[in-house]
Amino acid sequence: MASAASARTKSAPARAAAKSSGSAAAAPQFSKEQELSAYREMLLIRRFEEKAGQLYGMGLIGGFCHLYIGQEAVVTGMQMALNEGDQIITGYRDHGHMLACGMDPKGVMAELTGRRGGLSRGKGGSMHMFSKEKHFYGGHGIVGGQVSLGTGLAFANHYRNNGSASMIYFGDGAANQGQVYESFNMAELWKLPAIFIIENNRYAMGTAVSRSSAQQDFSRRGLSFNIPGEQVDGMDVRAVMAAGAKALDWARSGKGPYILEMQTYRYRGHSMSDPAKYRSKEEVQKMREEHDPIEQVRARILRAKFATEDDLKAIDAKVRAIVAEAAEFASNDPEPDVSELWTDITL
Amino acid sequence: MATNILMPALSPTMEQGKLSKWVKKEGDSIKSGDVIAEIETDKATMEVEAVDEGVLGKILVAEGTENVAVNTPIGVIVQDGESADAAPAPAPVAASAPISAAPAAAPISASFASVPAAAEVPAGTQMVMTTVREALRDAMAEEMRRDGDVFVMGEEVAEYQGAYKITQGLLQEFGARRVVDTPITEHGFAGLGVGAAMTGLRPIIEFMTFNFAMQAIDHIINSAAKTLYMSGGQMGCPIVFRGPNGAAARVGAQHSQDFAAWYSQIPGLKVVMPYTAADAKGLLKSAIRDPNPIIFLENEILYGQSFEVPKLDDYLVPIGKARVHRVGHHITLVSFGIGMTYCVKAAEELAKEGIEAEIIDLRTIRPMDTETVVRSIMKTGRCVAVEEGWPQSGVTAEIGMRIMEAAFDYLDAPVARVTGKDVPMPYAANLEKLALPTVADVIQAAKAVLYR
Repeated sequence: MASAASARTKSAPARAAAKSSGSAAAAPQFSKEQELSAYREMLLIRRFEEKAGQLYGMGLIGGFCHLYIGQEAVVTGMQMALNEGDQIITGYRDHGHMLACGMDPKGVMAELTGRRGGLSRGKGGSMHMFSKEKHFYGGHGIVGGQVSLGTGLAFANHYRNNGSASMIYFGDGAANQGQVYESFNMAELWKLPAIFIIENNRYAMGTAVSRSSAQQDFSRRGLSFNIPGEQVDGMDVRAVMAAGAKALDWARSGKGPYILEMQTYRYRGHSMSDPAKYRSKEEVQKMREEHDPIEQVRARILRAKFATEDDLKAIDAKVRAIVAEAAEFASNDPEPDVSELWTDITL
Repeated sequence: MATNILMPALSPTMEQGKLSKWVKKEGDSIKSGDVIAEIETDKATMEVEAVDEGVLGKILVAEGTENVAVNTPIGVIVQDGESADAAPAPAPVAASAPISAAPAAAPISASFASVPAAAEVPAGTQMVMTTVREALRDAMAEEMRRDGDVFVMGEEVAEYQGAYKITQGLLQEFGARRVVDTPITEHGFAGLGVGAAMTGLRPIIEFMTFNFAMQAIDHIINSAAKTLYMSGGQMGCPIVFRGPNGAAARVGAQHSQDFAAWYSQIPGLKVVMPYTAADAKGLLKSAIRDPNPIIFLENEILYGQSFEVPKLDDYLVPIGKARVHRVGHHITLVSFGIGMTYCVKAAEELAKEGIEAEIIDLRTIRPMDTETVVRSIMKTGRCVAVEEGWPQSGVTAEIGMRIMEAAFDYLDAPVARVTGKDVPMPYAANLEKLALPTVADVIQAAKAVLYR
């Protein structure tokens, strides 16, 4: 089982830290436990995605494969702010979200390779995995589709009055789809517990935000519906968690939706076939060197002496073992039985 | 000079209405724009405003009168000092009334009574004449009483009581939590409904017409129909998308499309298209309980038509089963939804010439009950398939192919089809009539197949 489970558990000190932050500008301090948990979680996503990229290159993964490398702090920080029962839904860049939800890395990787042990039994692929148990509702390949669907998850929480909230992730590209604003309108109209998390990684495929968006401050995209929003340093897991906790307080107290613009960056291409002509190598290099979400946590852990280099190496080795096991399973697991072609069409 | 006030047509499909209230009394003076009466149509209660000025000289149709035909004189406006008697005698409903081209109501033929009772109805069950509209409403109300997870959502479903009055009274019984008026936002609320269904709620999403569902078709197909498969069977989507489909009367190309063929192509969907009120009720109840996404295609012209509905506490009609609507042995007519109206009338005409047609009402387009069709063709050897939709890749094209695959050896003639014409729906009354199938088309096709 992934170590992701630990990130789901919100400790009391974590809550206090988040609340005392005041604004998202000054990131709150994490406890030793939180720093180490965030480090482990983000590292798992990073190593998993690196391995997925490798398997793609070997021809074991086909079709589309969108890697989350660089954006790990967003979903990791948000998961630290959630309660059990809160739902998660996202688009096609979804491996990180699934791991952060605690879904089995072996099952995720085997789905990427299209094997019978995949979480969708090999019938979904990279963009389509689900887990009712982990409250993960996909994995959607139509840009922006998850925003209306996620608003429906929030509607269901509201209908059932169950106190849960829905985390609806989408990118700066999806933020220009019409249904996003249809959803904003209904979410605010009915005060639905929806957190709209815009992962602004600066490029919608190869189109820079400045070339696609009249309003580039995505936290303001809900203004005409009276939905509050804020910009968050999405490379700092502490800032993400604090902003998430604040937004969740808002939504759970019946005040309706909240928008979080997570300012982040993807190091890899949009998909595996991205020629990366639209940005410079220097730009990518600068982000990696100065803002890497994992390196930030690592430096803080060492500075605060929460762990030694050797301790971190041990964590790294453990994470690598999980990923290696997943890759091994995904490479050797058989393809789905041919009878699977005709199952799961209707119930 | 005295002027007659005529019963107005207040909706595209209105043929008659109830004069529910006179706001003015005889002797009251009337100015242009004054509300003089209230009329209840098949869709809503509307105020009627005066166009002419004068005095309400005489009321010709008392308030509370039901089934007043459009264009019937209901009152007389006279000028000061003029006698109401001076008004021309009330004319019978003019044959030239502009809506006379619309299909006549209630096509229940004598042959209907001779139809073997549906398997779902126990012998001796009391039958109650019910409109399709009431049957649909009753189905939703019964299922909402039965299951708190069922809710209905759409434009004007609550306070307005439904754009076509299908949800009439539901808000009063179930409240705003379960009868949800949406903004005009089809893409958004269809997606919202699918998301809610993924958590196990059972939404009924009403589209004011399926033409507007074009805005939402991405969620219907990409999100609702495909998720079960993409999730390896984990994530179902128990949702009903319902609303009027196909041509009403004179509403133009963008409001007249029949989507039966479109949705019927999609694995993961079930597509239901009832004709009778009993099927409308029984199939909608089954659809609401079904764990899959259901496309439930209604028809505005059928809403006001009455049929016998069995009086049962819980009347369910299985999805995916066709019904023999009329028994015959010379030829098989296959149709569904409003296409059935042409077949029923054509069969009556053919019977006068000694041709006994068997009529199969598919009721469900997907999954299609080929077996019932084939069983009939094994008896008749001849078939005409009828639909209002377009011919290319239409449902009748599918029916024809299935018959060829499964019953070629039983055919004594090629299968024929009668469809809507391959054109966008025109507005002009004469052109619209030409664009739709006719009873004569069905009779002609039947005779061609019978080599007569």
